[in-house]
Amino acid sequence: MLAYLIRRLFAATVMLVVIILVVFGIFFLVPKWAGVDIATSFVGKQADPAAVEGVRQKLGLSDPVFVQAWEFFKGIFLGRTYAAGGDVTECAAPCFGYSFRTEQAVWPVLTERFPVTLGLALGAAVLWLIFGLAAGVLSALKRGSLWDRGAMVVALAGVSLPIYFTGLLSLAIFSYGLGWLNGEFVPLEDSLTGWLGGMILPWITLAFLYAAMYARITRATMMEILGEDYIRTARAKGLREQVVIRKHAMRSTLTPLLTMLGMDLGALMGGAILTETTFSLPGLGQKVLDAIKNQDLPFILGVVLITSLAVLIANLVVDVLYAVIDPRVRLA
Amino acid sequence: MTAPLHEPTAEAAPSAAEEAAVAGAETKAVQGRSLGRIAWERLKRDKLALTGGIVVLFLIVVAVLAPLITSLYGQDPDVYNESMIDPLFGTPKGALGGIGGDHWLGVEPVNGRDIFARIVHGARISLLVGFLSALVAVVLGTILGVLAGFFGGWVDAVVSRVMDGLLAFPQLLFIIALVSVMPDSMLGLSGTGVRLLMMILVIGFFGWPYIGRVVRGQTLSMREREYVEAARSLGAGRFYILFKELLPNLVAPIIVYTTMMIPTNILTEAALSFLGVGVKPPTSSWGQMLSSAIDYYKSDPMYMVIPGVAIFITVLAFNLFGDGVRDALDPKGSR
Repeated sequence: MLAYLIRRLFAATVMLVVIILVVFGIFFLVPKWAGVDIATSFVGKQADPAAVEGVRQKLGLSDPVFVQAWEFFKGIFLGRTYAAGGDVTECAAPCFGYSFRTEQAVWPVLTERFPVTLGLALGAAVLWLIFGLAAGVLSALKRGSLWDRGAMVVALAGVSLPIYFTGLLSLAIFSYGLGWLNGEFVPLEDSLTGWLGGMILPWITLAFLYAAMYARITRATMMEILGEDYIRTARAKGLREQVVIRKHAMRSTLTPLLTMLGMDLGALMGGAILTETTFSLPGLGQKVLDAIKNQDLPFILGVVLITSLAVLIANLVVDVLYAVIDPRVRLA
Repeated sequence: MTAPLHEPTAEAAPSAAEEAAVAGAETKAVQGRSLGRIAWERLKRDKLALTGGIVVLFLIVVAVLAPLITSLYGQDPDVYNESMIDPLFGTPKGALGGIGGDHWLGVEPVNGRDIFARIVHGARISLLVGFLSALVAVVLGTILGVLAGFFGGWVDAVVSRVMDGLLAFPQLLFIIALVSVMPDSMLGLSGTGVRLLMMILVIGFFGWPYIGRVVRGQTLSMREREYVEAARSLGAGRFYILFKELLPNLVAPIIVYTTMMIPTNILTEAALSFLGVGVKPPTSSWGQMLSSAIDYYKSDPMYMVIPGVAIFITVLAFNLFGDGVRDALDPKGSR
């Protein structure tokens, strides 16, 4: 078990370095190859030439690429100082970039917004796990029944609907039309009931999409497993059907879903851009949209970096959990 | 992994024969049917998949003939019809967003552009990006997947790591990042053209691992098969084996995964246009229409419903058709 953990940790560290370099590549190398002036895209197209020149010096864009990459890398762990002559900008560790446009360090802005995103993701995850798994398992067990066909039609609709359309529709119907919910975000610190009321529609909207995906996958996995030899063996030795399903089939169905859940939660930590935009939730995803509109590249960079790290951590957690629930993994 | 898709006469024919018997279409010569023929016969009996396929065909025709359709219809997607707009509220005159004989699906708030014409033109963007980005993904995925599966060793290790990495990270965010660092004009294109090219390339780039993973797995399992060994022992070269023995057997899984990828790509395109990194106005796209409809969901709900339903029908049709194709080409013949 310990050897397994150390191996995983080592792999995660290597991945961490690779991710940071890839993100650096996307924001500093790709535009260079494509012939875009990086300094201009960091301050915005309307900025005056002196400001652009200042940013060019601060980012060290005329330095060799590996020096730039090293500064970027170092900044994340130790903080970074951007200097252009006497004009010095400090960016404390962890430095996920600095928005020269708004003169803000990226990290504090993002951490401030993170609780909103976290609340959205966790609430939705609870919903989609309950409904997605239940629908998938029941459909697999009662294959071909009215329930199965009905659930799968709903699930197919769920994966075919753009989430921002579902969101807008639910706002129009439940918030504006029927007036059941206020449809506006209220911070949790201000009022618990207000927060809950404002989050119900976003939760359901986001969970609907994921529940549909999970139901489809759970059904397919479960049906495949029910056809396995060991299920036949379990039945042949006279186990009650309930025990076969619960102890044998369910367990193997749920393990691959754990990976999916880990990945999805990790990815959502960077914000559900579309859901947050539709419901005006001030989370990380909405910051990405603001950054697109204001051409404020550093914030996009920051969110990309945070999301990548969240996916990496989620991956690590899933690997560890796997070893706990599946002995084959830790012995391999 | 799914069962191998080669040797259709030996493996898939018995189940197809059973099905043919069930359908009452008794055929005497079972052994002569190709995989494509079997798949088509199964697909023909799948009503939902056929409906999906017909809708897809219809949408393709609409997209191709969009200029003709709008000129016959008599409305231009970019012409402002201010006479249709209530000057006080900026919303269309008349019920349901101005739906009527002149404007079948009503007009947009404020400027009064015809929604039907814009939807028809928007179909071009959706399908163009959906298909071409899938093509990019198929080309990349097939080449890299075959290379990884066929040569193994470090090639496989590198390709597999890259695929795992690309699959693990949230695509939309990375696509946004890439599109937003790209220039406004390149390769002689500018404006909407460059955005389209960017979307096709970037969505395709993030889609190839889905194809690559399947192709790699199939290649890996097939290259050890007896018929490949037989070819090798007869003195066939690597390239002969690759192109004559392996690739034909990869066609079925590639078709399945491509059909299932197109709707996802259409949704991604719509999402990018919704977020403002897709095609630039005044070019119409469904995602963009929805994004401008956000401000009017109370006063003019039809403006939001129409592009939303357009996306939904398109993606649903592709999904139904894709599921049908998958079931039809599945050699296990589970249905």
